[in-house]
Amino acid sequence: MTTNSLTLARCGIKLANITNIAGLGSLLLLASCANTPQNQTTQVSNAPVSHVLEAAHVDADKLLNRITWGANASSSQELRAAGMDRYLEQQLRGRVAILPPAIQAQIDSMTITQRPFDQLMQDLETRRITAEKQKGIDDTLGKDYQQELSRLAKEAATRSLLRAVYSQNQLQEQMSWFWMNHFNIHNGKANERALLGDFEERAIRPNALGNFHDLLRATVLHPAMLRYLDNDQNAVNRINENYARELMELHTMGVGSGYSQGDVQELARVLTGFGVNQNPDTPKMKAELQRLYVRNGIFEFNPQRHDFGDKKILNKVVHGRGLPELDEVITLLSRQPATAQFISRKLAIYFVSDTPSDALVSKMAQRFLQTDGNIPAVLRSMFESPEFIASLGNKFKDPMHYVVSSIRLAYDGNPIMNTGPMLNWLNMLGQQTNGRQTPDGYSMQESAWASAGQMAMRFDVAKSLANNNPGLFKIDNQPAPPRPPQPALVNSPYVKNWANSFSVGTQQALMQANSPQEWNAFFLASPEMMRR
Amino acid sequence: MNRRDLLKAFAALSATSISSSLFAAPATQNRLLIVFLRGGYDASNLLIPTSSNFYYEARPNIAIARPMSGNNPGATADLNAALELNADWGLHPALRDSIYPLYQKGEAAFIPFAGTDDLSRSHFETQDSIELGQPLVGTRNFHSGFLNRLADVLNGTPAMSFTDQLPIVMQGKARIANTSLRSPGKSNVDNRQSKIITQMYSQTGLAQQVTEGFAVREEVSREMQEEMNSANRNAISTKGFELEARRIAKMMREKYALGFVDVGGWDTHVNQGGASGTLASKFDELGRGLVAYQQEMGDAWRNTTVVVLSEFGRTFRENGKRGTDHGHGSVYWVLGGGIKGGQVAGEQIQLEQPKLFQNRDYPVLNEYRAVLGGLFAGIYGLNASQLDHVFAGVKARNIGLV
Repeated sequence: MTTNSLTLARCGIKLANITNIAGLGSLLLLASCANTPQNQTTQVSNAPVSHVLEAAHVDADKLLNRITWGANASSSQELRAAGMDRYLEQQLRGRVAILPPAIQAQIDSMTITQRPFDQLMQDLETRRITAEKQKGIDDTLGKDYQQELSRLAKEAATRSLLRAVYSQNQLQEQMSWFWMNHFNIHNGKANERALLGDFEERAIRPNALGNFHDLLRATVLHPAMLRYLDNDQNAVNRINENYARELMELHTMGVGSGYSQGDVQELARVLTGFGVNQNPDTPKMKAELQRLYVRNGIFEFNPQRHDFGDKKILNKVVHGRGLPELDEVITLLSRQPATAQFISRKLAIYFVSDTPSDALVSKMAQRFLQTDGNIPAVLRSMFESPEFIASLGNKFKDPMHYVVSSIRLAYDGNPIMNTGPMLNWLNMLGQQTNGRQTPDGYSMQESAWASAGQMAMRFDVAKSLANNNPGLFKIDNQPAPPRPPQPALVNSPYVKNWANSFSVGTQQALMQANSPQEWNAFFLASPEMMRR
Repeated sequence: MNRRDLLKAFAALSATSISSSLFAAPATQNRLLIVFLRGGYDASNLLIPTSSNFYYEARPNIAIARPMSGNNPGATADLNAALELNADWGLHPALRDSIYPLYQKGEAAFIPFAGTDDLSRSHFETQDSIELGQPLVGTRNFHSGFLNRLADVLNGTPAMSFTDQLPIVMQGKARIANTSLRSPGKSNVDNRQSKIITQMYSQTGLAQQVTEGFAVREEVSREMQEEMNSANRNAISTKGFELEARRIAKMMREKYALGFVDVGGWDTHVNQGGASGTLASKFDELGRGLVAYQQEMGDAWRNTTVVVLSEFGRTFRENGKRGTDHGHGSVYWVLGGGIKGGQVAGEQIQLEQPKLFQNRDYPVLNEYRAVLGGLFAGIYGLNASQLDHVFAGVKARNIGLV
């Protein structure tokens, strides 16, 4: 382990004493500071690859279904070329991802790609203020402003879905979704619709396969989180404890893990002054406070609003001194054994079973503590466990997995042009992108997604997916293509071959199909397609 | 043959694959709907402790004014003041046209200082523990909710969760289906296809969910068709929770004896408002929805009970941003055509600063399992062992509402 001390000049934030794992230095990114989208640039290691999965004769397609957003012909080919263990290794490292040109072009043309975030947010604020002044005189301005927020949210959701379907870095995309859900933010609050894309791009995704400490820090310093959990309203003597509570309960240690109401209140005091400022001006204040003021785009630490008294959190005294208190607390929280347990259990529920064994969780938590929160190391200890291997094929898909895996199978190599139908299906299935109102995120357990109402809805979606859906290939403001591409299901040797391994009941149903579309529908509706 | 009989006949014809319990006529005339307000609603601004000076000190910006005193009959009513319930309590003015008249008719009651002993002040933890309805100490079964156990005790009473996922409260041994009525669409899977899919699942662990899922979907689309037809005739346009509640009432009237629905968005940390504002609009919407439910139930309202609850109340004092943070004790509502309403029920105390729990919240004096147990015992005539199945180890308390 090495200890770095670095200053990110552009942000004006000094990161003191951040412990970092050798070899993962390039992952240490202060996400909300960087101004260009990053590609993961971790070097390919020459470290020997284990042979755990191969030795266990794991079913390759089942493995793909679990560590990617869904097996399809091309990923299967990729895995077979690399070998199972090396493929996993590559996925854990997150190579530079190349997207199909048609997909990359869609992402490149988005406003959230083209416009610097801070500028975009300042312009939106100007529009909001103008619209507010015109209220009652000209309401179209307010309506236009709201529509623009929704359009930006749709861009972010689309980008996320396109990457889930087409990126080669499947595990990184799955982990991005996992952390987006763990650090859930709701689209419906204030102007979150415009903030979410940047939150995902710069706080979550670059750290999805990085270090938990850095990930946590990036979320705490992101305006999207500060606004969602009301911390932009948290000031000295006007404490708002909402974020402090969820930070301990949902983001790090977990409820009932040993912190008290007093700890929540003290943490809320540490968090005073961290907020959002969408105006170009900075507040005026005395010179000695001015020195402590930090501005990074629309993120702001305003010392005038900060409680400079000493705090006591988890029996540790945190000396009041401004922003560095936060770093101290983030380190404290991310190194708690309770945090290691809580995060490990959540990962195991997502990737292994609704009820992972305590032994597996403890093993992962130990790895978490040993590596100071190195996410790939924790994941590897899970992926190589007998419990993980035994669980392949059993985990019930949540709607996101169901929709994305179906599209990956149906349109492998045939880039879709419009995610509108996918977004709609996710809505129907109760898992709207960034639509979870509460900060706990969507459930990852079967009981939440396998109820009667859910199953019936899923078959509706299966049928819509199974027909060659023109909506998926319609570019906005242009006529739909007369003959959209067929979903490659019944005509795909890969799918046909896979279906041969399905149960007798499923095969009998497939034989009763009256048309290729109906075969596709039954295939997508099958019990086998509900699990990963 | 009237419409209802006709529908039943159709259902019987097309329902060969449908489980018989799903559409069996309810064995009991009683209808119970639980409405869960998720987010810990600010009960202190719903049921206003008008006799407490401390309330007005603790909430300088968001308190609801005392009702106009009766010794000035000529004065115009203050539309922003609390509606007088008794000497100690008033009701939020947003409920003037919905719940207040019900209260005056004796069909609504409130239980202050209600809730759980769970002290985490976490939404999710507390919602879970209320839905489970199990003791807080010892091992808990996370797949056994109290409404499921009630359905189990009532032996095949048809129950439905009007939510898009099956909530914990409805999970457990009794098979209970779910369907959201917020914006139900029409199914595109035809009869032949649904039979083939049902067959495909017959040997799997999901067989029952699939069968019930199709049956409920069909039922819902029939109801929606009916709704469209009548909407065209009567041009009633409702939306939001009011529309949802109307739909729920139709299905509760005809098919289900036990129902659950949740309403989110009560976590008001910032600018919650007072007589008007964010929270007032939520109360208004909820009140109108509950009255829509009452109207749609028609004659069945006489045998209907609605309980409105939430995971906790909020801090008694307003915070620096004119909102409230997570608290402890809450106020539950009980509505129904046959209840002894028109009262504020259960154990109560005068609200002064030293009486606050941990100097910030309402204490819990009416533990929810004891209170609900008493309510269920009264409604269904449950014996001690049946009650123990629903709320193990809890002594039910009759607070005189049924």
